[in-house]
Amino acid sequence: MRLTGFFIFAASVALLPVLFPNNYFVTVVGIAAGLHVILAVGLNLLMGYAGQISLGHAAFFGMGAYASAILTTRFDWPGLLAMLAGLLVAGTIAWLLARPILRLRGHYLAMATLGFGIIIHVIMVQATHWTGGPDGLGEIPPLNLLGWTVDDDQQWYGVIAAAMLLSIWLSLNMIDSRIGRALRAVRGSEFAAQMMGIDATRAKTQIFVVSALFAAFAGSLFAHQQAFVSPDSFSLIISVELVTMVVLGGMASTFGAACGAIALTLLYEGLMVFEDYEMLIHGALLMAVMIFLPQGLFVGLSQGIRRGWTLIASRQDVQDARKAIQS
Amino acid sequence: MLKIRFLGSLLAATLFTGIHLANAAEPIKIGTFLTTTGPASFLGDPELKTLQMVIEDINAKGGLNGRTVELVHYDTGGNAREALNFVKRLIRKDNVDLIVGGTTSGDTLAVIPEVEKESIPLISLAGAVEIIEPTRKWVFKVAHTDRMAAAKIFEDLRKRNLTKVALITGDGGFDKSGRAQILKLAPEYGITLVADEAYGNKDTDMTTQLTKIRATDAQAIINFGFGQAPAIVTKNIKQLGIDLPVYQSHGVASQTFIDLAGGAAEGVRLPAAALVVAEQLPDTDPQKPILLAYKKKYEAKYGPVSTFGGHAYDGIMIATEALMRAGGTDKAKVRDEIEKTQGFIGTAGVFNMTPGDHMGLNLEAFKMVEIDNGAWKIVE
Repeated sequence: MRLTGFFIFAASVALLPVLFPNNYFVTVVGIAAGLHVILAVGLNLLMGYAGQISLGHAAFFGMGAYASAILTTRFDWPGLLAMLAGLLVAGTIAWLLARPILRLRGHYLAMATLGFGIIIHVIMVQATHWTGGPDGLGEIPPLNLLGWTVDDDQQWYGVIAAAMLLSIWLSLNMIDSRIGRALRAVRGSEFAAQMMGIDATRAKTQIFVVSALFAAFAGSLFAHQQAFVSPDSFSLIISVELVTMVVLGGMASTFGAACGAIALTLLYEGLMVFEDYEMLIHGALLMAVMIFLPQGLFVGLSQGIRRGWTLIASRQDVQDARKAIQS
Repeated sequence: MLKIRFLGSLLAATLFTGIHLANAAEPIKIGTFLTTTGPASFLGDPELKTLQMVIEDINAKGGLNGRTVELVHYDTGGNAREALNFVKRLIRKDNVDLIVGGTTSGDTLAVIPEVEKESIPLISLAGAVEIIEPTRKWVFKVAHTDRMAAAKIFEDLRKRNLTKVALITGDGGFDKSGRAQILKLAPEYGITLVADEAYGNKDTDMTTQLTKIRATDAQAIINFGFGQAPAIVTKNIKQLGIDLPVYQSHGVASQTFIDLAGGAAEGVRLPAAALVVAEQLPDTDPQKPILLAYKKKYEAKYGPVSTFGGHAYDGIMIATEALMRAGGTDKAKVRDEIEKTQGFIGTAGVFNMTPGDHMGLNLEAFKMVEIDNGAWKIVE
């Protein structure tokens, strides 16, 4: 029962390419949305559940992407091995970083993660010898999964969709585990959580690493799928976009983050026709959502529906009671 | 029964011809993704205007092979990630027949894997030599390469017997790529680089780097970049009283640079396309009438021309000529025809493409110009 929502979501993801084969919005926008979902779900673990902000998440995304790009093009590593290396690098850096950085709170934590993101971005631009500098790295070979080469749009949709579902499933399970409960306790009050015997520092470190791993995983897939990476894809703006996705969809809800990621991806695509007014409308819509649905799109809407439902149901009860009295 | 069948076939016939007519009238779609906003907008803006102007012209004359031409444009803002997204959209959603564009090298390099995978001809307007080296089946370019610019500068240095050179470049893609070409070509021309300084493209003062250069025994200074920064470098050189020949790249071949650098620009040399010195060309130059015609038309509509708009002119003209020769929009045929472009006289020079050279320009295409009394002068 706990995973009903998940199965409904998985079924619709699987049905989309069958209903609309070779549709631009499925195979191109859908892939972009899928990658965003992995990133947002990962970031939500940190932001929504553990209550720690990260304005440098694009850095981990970039580490995964550049690890795959560099190792497969320069050293002819197989894609999966390069992906593992990327995960290892991002995970290790996140672990080393977690202790000093997660001691900070609020604005200070935001500033520190922001700085970290910018440092990684500068390295991508300046270490021309390794990263190709501002022009980036191209001709990244397609991903080879144990003999099966992922090459065309439909196959990529399948792979990204599977990866996205895996990350959502992992996130849902993690939240309902001991770690998840510990995190929520830390978010409520770190002090109280410690009184209950929860090692808050450890819980935060763990989730920071997991969150970085999600991002690096998405990065590796991104590098192979685009066959090209450049620092533009991992700039501060992207980090901010990711935070927007989580907040827009609804914090502390895995489906909320996924919903925010999909909504924002579709929004960019849909607003493209307005050209110069794109950013204006984009900003106005975000403001409207935050004013009218402060808990986020998904959480706000589902709460609204539930409240509406109980209202109708209670009216029904009243009517039934009246009828009972009258008769 | 017979009647019904007759009516049916009549209906089918009308439908068929109707569809056929609709097909013939369907426009040829040319996609483009340019940088019309952001720091490189002074490159992308004249490019877009030129494309619009040329296509308007073609349609006014009845289109290509009896079909009108439609331009689909997206502004990348100089962001490679956006460029790739837009090119995907151009190919999958807008179903364009061919792409002309990529204002910057970064934008173009980002989309090359996609273009190659989807097999669609791309004519890039950007500079970096990496775009056509190694030669890729579907990718062409019309703007001079940074390697050509470096070679042209070195040729001029050799003529003046200058061998010790100080280099100063920015941190953008154009700068870095130019710097790499200069470092690579210098030994071939017997030139030693005595300094290799760098600045950020958003910096407002480069005197620190130039002071270091002043302390070397450099005989000339080369600055490779575009936008504000080269103008600041030029000014700083003057302010520090460094009395050495200064070379800039083709990235600053626009009136804006002369205006920004003011008096400091006097005597600065740079390789530039013939467009900036069109009037000074001898009447025997085959490029002259084309350049003057483009210039007149553009200036009547939008104001001063720049070489960058010229690249767009070359790109779209090569594309339309190839479309005409191919007699349709079959992508493979159009690609083959672009590759067969021979003796095409454009604003950047005379193009002779081959299967091994997807640009087809030689060093003749560049003119070495010097800024003299706030105007360009050919020094060859």
